[in-house]
Amino acid sequence: MDLSLSTRTVGDRTVVEVGGEIDVYTAPKLREQLVELVNDGSYHLVVDMEGVDFLDSTGLGVLVGGLKRVRAHEGSLRLVCNQERILKIFRITGLTKVFPIHTSVDEAVAAND
Amino acid sequence: MPTVELLFSAQPEHVRTARLVAAAVARRAGVDEAVLDEVRLAVGEACSRAVGLHLSNGVDRPVRVLLTEEEKKFSIEVGDEAPGSPAGSVPSARASGADDSDDEGEMGLAVISGLVDDVEVTVGEHGGIIRMSWPTASAVVLP
Repeated sequence: MDLSLSTRTVGDRTVVEVGGEIDVYTAPKLREQLVELVNDGSYHLVVDMEGVDFLDSTGLGVLVGGLKRVRAHEGSLRLVCNQERILKIFRITGLTKVFPIHTSVDEAVAAND
Repeated sequence: MPTVELLFSAQPEHVRTARLVAAAVARRAGVDEAVLDEVRLAVGEACSRAVGLHLSNGVDRPVRVLLTEEEKKFSIEVGDEAPGSPAGSVPSARASGADDSDDEGEMGLAVISGLVDDVEVTVGEHGGIIRMSWPTASAVVLP
């Protein structure tokens, strides 16, 4: 399975819906998407990971890179994820402290702190 | 002798194949379904790291994956042929010249050691090996 990406705007947030597998092969596509959004002036991103079947450290690296970029513009990068197997990877790498992780897109879009 | 041996050219697109094969062989070997996600992730991390090392060192050799069903455990070895590839055991050695791919490799090792209880990383002149194993249910008598 490949990676699928789609974006939509909700208020002042840009929601990036990701599906499929994020690994060493597909992660560059996600990186390009995030870089493009930031270059186009979208600094408040919500990455919806509910459709992600697999995530590895390359994918984590891309998300951290995205966070770094939006923060340079005082923006935010929030994640939406309820899948235990994906959440586990954020936990063992300590990244749950770095990313705000929400249970729904609505919650992430409404979040402010 | 390994149950299944896999050689693949060091390209990112083949890492998924290695994950799928490893998970399929692990399932057959009796690794618990709940642990298969960990097997998939760990072998993917090890292979991504090996691919990165081969590409960054210009090694034109395949990455080797050995999947072995043993009496009470299932083991996986992922071997790279990057010359003297300094693994996580000597982080200071690569701190100075570390680029992004090195950093990702180190992150991969961090994920592996967080996931797998039985893991060993060895580095030699001619490459490195990551060995990992998981218990199997093969000792249990099936009804």
